[in-house]
Amino acid sequence: MKFNWFKKTQKNYPAFWQEYLDSFTNEAEDTIENTRFVAFDTETTGFDKKKDRVLSIGAVSLKNKTIHVKDSFELYIKQDIFKADTVKIHGLMKKGSLTKVEELEAIKQFITYIKNDILIAHHAFFDYSMVNEMLLRHGLGKLKNKFIDTGVLYKKSKHIIYQDNLKNYSLDELCKELNVPKTDRHTATGDALITAMIFLKITSRLIKTNNLGWGYLLKS
Amino acid sequence: MKNSIAERVSDFLKRFPPFNMLDTTSLLKIATQVDIIYLEKGDSLFNKDDAFHNHFYIVRDGAVNLYNINDNNKNVAGISDAGDIFGVRPLITQENYKLTATANEESIIYGVPIEIFKSVTDKNVKVHKYLITAFATNTYDPYTAEENGKIFVDYLPNTSQDIANFQTANYTKSPVSCQENATLQEAALKMCEHKIGCIIVTNDTKYPVGIVTNSDIKNKIATGRFPITTAVTNIMSSPIITDKKDITVANAQLQMIQHNISHLGITKDGTPNSRLIGILTHHDILVTLGNSPSVILKEIKRAKRNKTLRSARLKANTLLKSYLDQNIPISHIVKIISKINDAVNTRAIELAIKKMGQPPVAFSWLAIGSQGRKEQLLFTDQDNALIFDDVPEDKYETTQTYFLELARLVTKALNKIGFEYCEADMMASNTEWCKSVTQWQDQFKDWIFKPNEKAILLSSIFFDYTHIYGDKSLVDTLTNTIYESLDETNIFFKFLGKDALKSPPPLGFFKQFLVEQNGDRKDLFNIKSRALMPLIDAARLLTLNKQVKDVNSTYERFEKLSQLEPNNKELFDSCAYAFKALLKFRTKQGILNDNSGKFIELTTLTKEEKLKLKRCFKPISDIQESLKLRFDLKNVM
Repeated sequence: MKFNWFKKTQKNYPAFWQEYLDSFTNEAEDTIENTRFVAFDTETTGFDKKKDRVLSIGAVSLKNKTIHVKDSFELYIKQDIFKADTVKIHGLMKKGSLTKVEELEAIKQFITYIKNDILIAHHAFFDYSMVNEMLLRHGLGKLKNKFIDTGVLYKKSKHIIYQDNLKNYSLDELCKELNVPKTDRHTATGDALITAMIFLKITSRLIKTNNLGWGYLLKS
Repeated sequence: MKNSIAERVSDFLKRFPPFNMLDTTSLLKIATQVDIIYLEKGDSLFNKDDAFHNHFYIVRDGAVNLYNINDNNKNVAGISDAGDIFGVRPLITQENYKLTATANEESIIYGVPIEIFKSVTDKNVKVHKYLITAFATNTYDPYTAEENGKIFVDYLPNTSQDIANFQTANYTKSPVSCQENATLQEAALKMCEHKIGCIIVTNDTKYPVGIVTNSDIKNKIATGRFPITTAVTNIMSSPIITDKKDITVANAQLQMIQHNISHLGITKDGTPNSRLIGILTHHDILVTLGNSPSVILKEIKRAKRNKTLRSARLKANTLLKSYLDQNIPISHIVKIISKINDAVNTRAIELAIKKMGQPPVAFSWLAIGSQGRKEQLLFTDQDNALIFDDVPEDKYETTQTYFLELARLVTKALNKIGFEYCEADMMASNTEWCKSVTQWQDQFKDWIFKPNEKAILLSSIFFDYTHIYGDKSLVDTLTNTIYESLDETNIFFKFLGKDALKSPPPLGFFKQFLVEQNGDRKDLFNIKSRALMPLIDAARLLTLNKQVKDVNSTYERFEKLSQLEPNNKELFDSCAYAFKALLKFRTKQGILNDNSGKFIELTTLTKEEKLKLKRCFKPISDIQESLKLRFDLKNVM
């Protein structure tokens, strides 16, 4: 066995992943109106990124303040790890009536869906890590998309004197503050839609107060 | 792939027209293709003269203003809130937008792709009609929208209800008959006495041998071919076609068509060789089949008991319902139903006179209030009054007593028929409203020259009087006095004007309905006092002011005013139109809830009903503004 510590060998990635990686190399700058955002959420068996697993991914895409219902994403994943105590939150049972796919297939579909677009999630780091763990388990790299955390975004929209940096706003609190109906809360797709709505509401506030610096918002 | 969002969109859409007219599969198909659009306050979805989009829109949350922008004017043509559709122009006609749609507040809009929508609703007539209505409502102001007349089109197709055909026919039992040896004159007298058009000739075993009808008399007697003293057997049509008593309506009709006759004898075993037990006329068939107004009127005229009147009036209600279902113009419906109401009143009075004996002097029975305006479509309160001819002072009391007693019988009968007693006792049986002509003249003069709140309240009821029965010249005398008196004063009009403005148009900000604030009617919309009365009051005031006589119904009053003042034609026409629409609305609600339709629970209304209702409110505020100027009411308020 040969060791090559410094030069990364070209791994034999599945086609979808290679395509995904390639799409970031020749990325063109575009206006915000033409930028596709993907708000997503995951339902998991728990909060331990090593031990817990993603049960379902939901996502909606938005472009120019419009969500296209037909371009939404909803997926349920077959997992061996199952924790009865979180069922009461997300309602996903081990043997439900929903059609479930294998984890790798789920990754493939999700990656094809998000492309190189900007991701939005609430408390994004958790969802981001969960997805990354999933990718790693299948020998793939981390997500390369830029992403926006609506929790952080919301704090920015508040006037400086109200910015209590210690406080983390939950999705429920934001729904209340921003008057977003909590339909299908705790389903991946429902939360993704709520997140998208929250994103739209906060950005329009920021635009109005001229406080929106896109570059500043985006993390990669 | 499961699409929860599409399901939620569909859950929302299915609550509102036209989507509620679609089945679940179609709806989900549409929902899957919907765009969810976020609008910040002030964002425009489309502007006037923009090329049409591939979507039309429904408000999910918030509200969208539709502006009509001309030169520098920006008028709100409408506000769409949750569940309202707008931007339907591209669905109907592929033209650029005529209006500008701007978010009135932060809003979420669903964009429905037209192509998908059209493919799914291709053959759905209800949906199309709804969209045309919405289109007309959002695009035009009420004045011009009236032209297309489609606003009255219903969304529910007419269902056939011909079960009646297989019912057993209701024949007349114990029919009037005469013996073979009777003369034609005797038979004719008998027919007159019973107000019938035919008589059956029987032999001494009571078997029917023939029938004499009006046309037999016309053809054989009036032409001089036979003298009136001739025997009925010379005149009668014979043999008589007979059948059994359990004959169905459809069969009876067939028999009549086959033999080209309009009467069937009903005998014990169905043949002419058994005892006659009844007669089935074409008229009876029509009665069973329901409902032609002429049949009901005939039934009323022939009624011998209040019970019959009641059943006839109930049939009129069925008739009313089917008319509304068939979208017959409300003006036509109003005419027919008021004819029937008048006939019921007349017959009730005739029956009462029969009981009481002939009246001592001439009199006129007046309908007042809604019946006086000929707008009483449902059973509502009875309001009436009685004028009798002047009598010497010493006879006044006995004369009045007779008429009070007569009125008591009539009002009791009307109550039995279904017209509730008037709560305020505005009935001819009340001493105050049963007076001689001179006393009535004094009464009206008193109201006209010394107006106060009570006088105005009463005026609003008594000035809408219509002669129902008796000597009309008494009413004409009264009318002339009233108009002469009105010429001499102005203050009365100011009072009436002030009264007509007491209910402002029933929409608050953001087009929400003004509902009752307290009491057990809380949160109900009073369509009578808030929408109908302002128009009724305005019409009365203006016609009195213009000295228009004998036009009593509110929409006819507006139509008359529109002729008299061509420069205000649009205003008056829109009022007439709104009134008819509101009246129809109230009547439908009344039938639906089996009450007077006065209070409407807004939550039970569909979106399209609310839409229609709202459209009727603009003329109210327009006419009230006009009254303010015309009668200089600003200072009186």
